[in-house]
Amino acid sequence: MSRAGTPGLVFNEPLLWDIGSEGRVGLSIPRQDVPHTTPSGELTREDLDFPDLGEVDVVRHFTRLSQWNFGVDTGMYPLGSCTMKYNPKTNERQAALPGFSQAHPMLPESMAQGALQLMYDLQEFLAEITGLPAVSVQPAAGAQGELTGMLMIHHWHQARGRQKSKILIPDTAHGTNPASAALCGYTPVPVPSADHGMLAVDDVAAVMDEETAGIMITNPNTLGLFEEHIREIADLVHERGGLVYMDGANMNALMGMVDVRNLGVDVMHLNLHKTFSTPHGGGGPGSGPVCCTPELEPFLPVPRVVKGAESFHLESNYPESIGRLHAFYGNFGMQVRAYSYILSLGPLLKKVTELAVLNANYIKESLKDVLHLPYDRPCMHECVFNDEKQKDLKVTTLDMAKRLLDHGFHAPTVYFPLVVQGAIMIEPTETESKETLDQFIEAVRTILQEAETNPDLLHEAPRRTKVSRLDETAAARKPCLCG
Amino acid sequence: MRYLPHTEQDISAMLDVIGVDSMDALFGMVPADNRRTAPLALPEPMTEWELNDWMDQLASRQPSRSEICSFLGAGSYAHHIPSVVPALLSRSEFFTAYTPYQPEVSQGTLQAIYEYQTLTARLLGMEVANASMYDGASSLAEALLMAIRVTKRNKIAVSKAIHPHYREVLRTYFDPTGFEIVELPFGEDGRTDLSQLGESADLAAVALQSPNFFGVIEDLSSWAETVHQDPKTLLVAAFSEALAFGLLKSPGECGADIVCGEGQSLGIPQSFGGPALGMLATRAKLQRNLPGRLVGRTVDSQERPGFVLTLATREQHIRREKATSNICTNQGLCALASTIYMASSGKTGLKQVAQLNHDKAEYLKSQLIGAGIPVRFSGPTFNEFVVTLPDGAYQKLLEQKIVAGLPLETFYSELKNAVLLCATEVTTREQIDTLVKEVQS
Repeated sequence: MSRAGTPGLVFNEPLLWDIGSEGRVGLSIPRQDVPHTTPSGELTREDLDFPDLGEVDVVRHFTRLSQWNFGVDTGMYPLGSCTMKYNPKTNERQAALPGFSQAHPMLPESMAQGALQLMYDLQEFLAEITGLPAVSVQPAAGAQGELTGMLMIHHWHQARGRQKSKILIPDTAHGTNPASAALCGYTPVPVPSADHGMLAVDDVAAVMDEETAGIMITNPNTLGLFEEHIREIADLVHERGGLVYMDGANMNALMGMVDVRNLGVDVMHLNLHKTFSTPHGGGGPGSGPVCCTPELEPFLPVPRVVKGAESFHLESNYPESIGRLHAFYGNFGMQVRAYSYILSLGPLLKKVTELAVLNANYIKESLKDVLHLPYDRPCMHECVFNDEKQKDLKVTTLDMAKRLLDHGFHAPTVYFPLVVQGAIMIEPTETESKETLDQFIEAVRTILQEAETNPDLLHEAPRRTKVSRLDETAAARKPCLCG
Repeated sequence: MRYLPHTEQDISAMLDVIGVDSMDALFGMVPADNRRTAPLALPEPMTEWELNDWMDQLASRQPSRSEICSFLGAGSYAHHIPSVVPALLSRSEFFTAYTPYQPEVSQGTLQAIYEYQTLTARLLGMEVANASMYDGASSLAEALLMAIRVTKRNKIAVSKAIHPHYREVLRTYFDPTGFEIVELPFGEDGRTDLSQLGESADLAAVALQSPNFFGVIEDLSSWAETVHQDPKTLLVAAFSEALAFGLLKSPGECGADIVCGEGQSLGIPQSFGGPALGMLATRAKLQRNLPGRLVGRTVDSQERPGFVLTLATREQHIRREKATSNICTNQGLCALASTIYMASSGKTGLKQVAQLNHDKAEYLKSQLIGAGIPVRFSGPTFNEFVVTLPDGAYQKLLEQKIVAGLPLETFYSELKNAVLLCATEVTTREQIDTLVKEVQS
């Protein structure tokens, strides 16, 4: 049964400043119970160019805007490497509890014991799940977690009196990795993946020299493949004086199955908004905790949450720490949600991983006769196809992705990873049922038939959305970023 | 488990299609010595009922606003959040979407961010704002890295009256770069001492916060004049209280080149410090140097207006190590919250709320002065200010569940017994009078 859109009722809605009427206020303003004061005229502004709207104006405006969006609650969102799993509603209830949502970050510690315990327990849980015993939940997003890990590596080398200048980054790593390393002054050295899509020990050995600080390795990599030689690679990097960073954005493929410490990893980050079900929010807020070995623990960001004899407290006295990364303790609201998720599943997190991998392999096997699969091997949580079989039809990855929108699915990640030309990267996640996967598979097969019989359906897609394809070139050439 | 829809029959049918005979066989690619042998030692799964109970218990260990009388500000502010903000945010089309990579099915997020960028630029008196950073601290660090890229200089001057945590984050970001940070002292009026700038030449930027950490409104216009005597040097204006600009002159109007700070006050719960909202804005001529996401207006193939992510060639996924920043995910939902808040308040409401903040703080200040409590700095303030309490008074008040602001001695050893007090529109006269009475007793 297709669930693709029907011509529903979707409203047009102007920009905020094209509605409303001056003097209207959509906000209940607290009572004036103190005398009015007048600040010095030279300090105050004369005008503020904001529209004045009533509460109903505001509610309709944003409700209509929301209806132009596709979210996980709307349908399957197989955006590779983003782990668009279901975001449980109960997590929202927990984060909104007044004791959490109204907590000031600089309350005396005696008044913040619940929040501190939650952070401490979450750190313990993440240590258990990864196998790396020391954790900081401070980084506000995955990329900030990467930066944290890179800074720790930088400080570790500094402490040993021998700073390095380079870092190895495989071509199957996440896109943020080179920029994170560059912020630490390291020059990224690309390492090509071998023919089978994984890193080969020899290729790493060829570039791992005295000047190299270590390696940033995404595992499973962006082809959805487990790096089978990671332990040997880690041993080699360690022998030559480097450290191993693991981008753990794809941890959804490893929970309960792999002990990251057994891989030889020194430090890694997690994405609570991927693996641990916190909502993606249209692009954040995320949360990117960092987990590391005891050897790197002194370098973790401060303040750290520690458990005393009778209470929890924040400790900043770690002289080797890289310092602070966030004005307070990171995205606490996201930490609450992830904690709530882990408590809801407990050891069943292993089941999460199993089903995520099952779903990805099911899609891979069900589509590989119609879509080219550059690396035909068992995958982990995602699989990567491309548009090679459709070349003769003059139908591209982009066309197929856009046509999927018409069929009621969000598109996969496209044109990434760069090692696969015209990549179509599909990550279904464990929360999609077999029926939904079957509908998705059916939709892709239908689209590939359309590609042969009526390719314009693809070239002109999407047709059922609020707008059709947008002119991105014009947007970049003459940027209009402000109304 | 209710989030995992697979039945046993589903699983075996799927394994058949894949051609393996067990779940374990699916993981054949993971070498044995990489495997985890012990099961996950996590608590047994809680039912939703048990979870609610446990979370209620944990949350109740923090007093909610009605249970204490708090005058804490210092970068996280208690303001009224209209019900429309959480109600609209919880529309799961916003909530459960990701970065709008497919603009045709993300126009809601994109238009909202475009509106956010516009209102932010107008509030701060700038020409362009990005789609947000993590928080005020990372926004300051990124603004100063941007200034270094723009000017190709490697030294910055930073006021000591900037939030100490922001300066710590700045040091973390700058540590591996070798860029130099000079600190500028503050004077008896609590403002950054302009006369101390003289010696520093070849600065990429001078950074001030206004209202600053002590709540004092800096004389940004004079700073702009002095800083711009070197035409290359950029004035970076930080803030931790965005609501102030409902009343105060915008940093742009005062001559700032980059404005960065914390937007939590605009409809975002304090939530123990995060998630918050890093706001970052600048002049149009510097827009291609901005870090982070940007949404631009364009048209679709039928000439209908629409929005897309744009100028992506600045970003990490295209430009790799030469990107303007490594930021990828930002604080999308918090930016949306602030947009809903700014739309709800409008020009009229924001001005009224800001005025009320000023009124409450001035009332608190005058009552304390009347009670013989000295105000530490003479400069003008918005909704925060510093006073010196008698020995032991802070602790005594705490015993009565009155949090008399933030003790400053930890951050500035010279400010013994000084506390940073904050009053906002939600602070009642009764609470203020209680504090004043208890301080005297």
